[in-house]
Amino acid sequence: MTSASPAQRSLLAARRWRAWEPLLWLAAFAAPLLLPSHALIVNEIAIVALFAVSLDLVLGYTGIVSLGHAAFFGMGAYSAALFAKYVMPDPLVGLAVGIAAATVLGALFSVTIQRGSDLTRLMVTLGAALILLELANKLDWLTGGADGLQGVIMGPLLGRFEFGLSGRTAAWYSLTVLLVLFFLARRLVESPLGATFKAIRDNRLRAMAIGIPVGSRLAVSYTLAAGLAGAAGALLAQTTGFASLDLFEFHRSADVMLMLVVGGTGWLYGGVAGAVVFKLMQDALSAMTPQYWTFWLGLFLVVLVLVGRDRLIRPWTWFGKGRRP
Amino acid sequence: MSLAGSPDDNVLSARGLVKRFGGITATSNVTLHLKKGARHALIGPNGAGKTTLINLLTGVLQPTEGQIALEGRDVTRLPPHRRVRRGMVRTFQINQLFDGLTPLETLALTVSQHRGLGAGWWRPLGAHRAVAERCDQLLEQFHLTSVKDQTTRVLAYGKRRLLEIAIALACEPRVLLLDEPVAGVPAADSREILDILAALPDDVAVLLIEHDMDLVFRFARRVSVLVYGELLVEGDAEAIARDPTVKAVYLGEEARG
Repeated sequence: MTSASPAQRSLLAARRWRAWEPLLWLAAFAAPLLLPSHALIVNEIAIVALFAVSLDLVLGYTGIVSLGHAAFFGMGAYSAALFAKYVMPDPLVGLAVGIAAATVLGALFSVTIQRGSDLTRLMVTLGAALILLELANKLDWLTGGADGLQGVIMGPLLGRFEFGLSGRTAAWYSLTVLLVLFFLARRLVESPLGATFKAIRDNRLRAMAIGIPVGSRLAVSYTLAAGLAGAAGALLAQTTGFASLDLFEFHRSADVMLMLVVGGTGWLYGGVAGAVVFKLMQDALSAMTPQYWTFWLGLFLVVLVLVGRDRLIRPWTWFGKGRRP
Repeated sequence: MSLAGSPDDNVLSARGLVKRFGGITATSNVTLHLKKGARHALIGPNGAGKTTLINLLTGVLQPTEGQIALEGRDVTRLPPHRRVRRGMVRTFQINQLFDGLTPLETLALTVSQHRGLGAGWWRPLGAHRAVAERCDQLLEQFHLTSVKDQTTRVLAYGKRRLLEIAIALACEPRVLLLDEPVAGVPAADSREILDILAALPDDVAVLLIEHDMDLVFRFARRVSVLVYGELLVEGDAEAIARDPTVKAVYLGEEARG
């Protein structure tokens, strides 16, 4: 670019890659090799990170509060599992089916979040997830009901890589899907369309006053995020070979919201960071105190909110007035 | 009262606007025409229905009766964002900004949206050369270049006020509704805004809603006086300034209040 305008330079500089980003992704992909016994948790983290990125798109970028994001996670999981069981076991085709099903569901539900206040949206999204939970429970001839959908056997990835017991293939598969979708999401939030989402988040009245079709943009954001959540759900069903009612449960929606609060909304990596912290804490704490780990998690959240994330990760600011050393 | 004004003559025509909320008539048979390049002020005491009238014109509220036409085309039933695309743009009395974005991002997204690029999701904001150059112009014109990369949340009030008006200009209005543009601006900063108002493009019709009589009579060539939802009188600025009825209902009240 020879003589970019100052505005163009400024706008494009803001989206440059930071030095730590490739390192982070390299470390993630190296983890199943370096820590083979932890491949399963790497897989889990990649999946919930994708789920949290999806919620960030809705909550952090568009300002839609949702307590029912698990609806799309579960939809993706059940669709992928059913597809593998009854149609064909190829993971990538199954992933596409999971994404498509959740996207369609998101488009349908997007009608319900275009009007009303934040409180009505909380209720509506919560209700939608409950409806799906009950459907999955009642349609037991298809979903296995309360027993879950069992006997899902996945074929090898790309016809070559089997999902072994070590979980390494699973971890790399989930990480790759996360990577691809993360950068698509990033492309989106840095585009004019993404900017209009942020405009709606910050000031709906003004967004309308500059010609943004607010209702349809909300629908687009919600639908795309539903697709991402569906991908996360599909990955979970495929890599565990199992789908259960638990996927639709309220705690899934609440946990992913917590992860986003931990990592910070509105910067995509917040979901990833939150997922890493949340899952590692869950893993470590439940190993120490299997019954009371949620106590410590709760304590951490209270401290996080009271002290503030910025101060918590800068211990040198805890005592005295000194800002930075 | 002449209702005939040929379509190409009037950029904005509102005819016989009525808005009733239950038993209360907030706007009663208001007719307003703005020609290309008009500098028109709308004044009236508090509660006269100025805000309701703006909401009717911009499409936030639907009139109970009456029609609104933009450049000869009926827009009475169009939703607000479609009217913006046709050139009806407003500013707000209380700043309505995107606090999490920078002034540059705000203007870039507004210009992109206005040029039909608002749904593009692959190319980044700022990739379009023409959009970026328009942003540079606007930042320069509104004295925002020095703060273009700061978060809007932290800007001083005067800069926020300038951005408020810059956003509207970024939509390339045919009709610009300015709702008390200098409200709350410290005297030191109001000069900047007054200069900008004076330099608004000649082909844009401006409707100024204002309490500050100095500004009204300096800026507007025509003035409409709204009282209890009705148009009391409309005329040239000099005539309005001398009109005894206007003095009685409006200027008198202003002097007292």
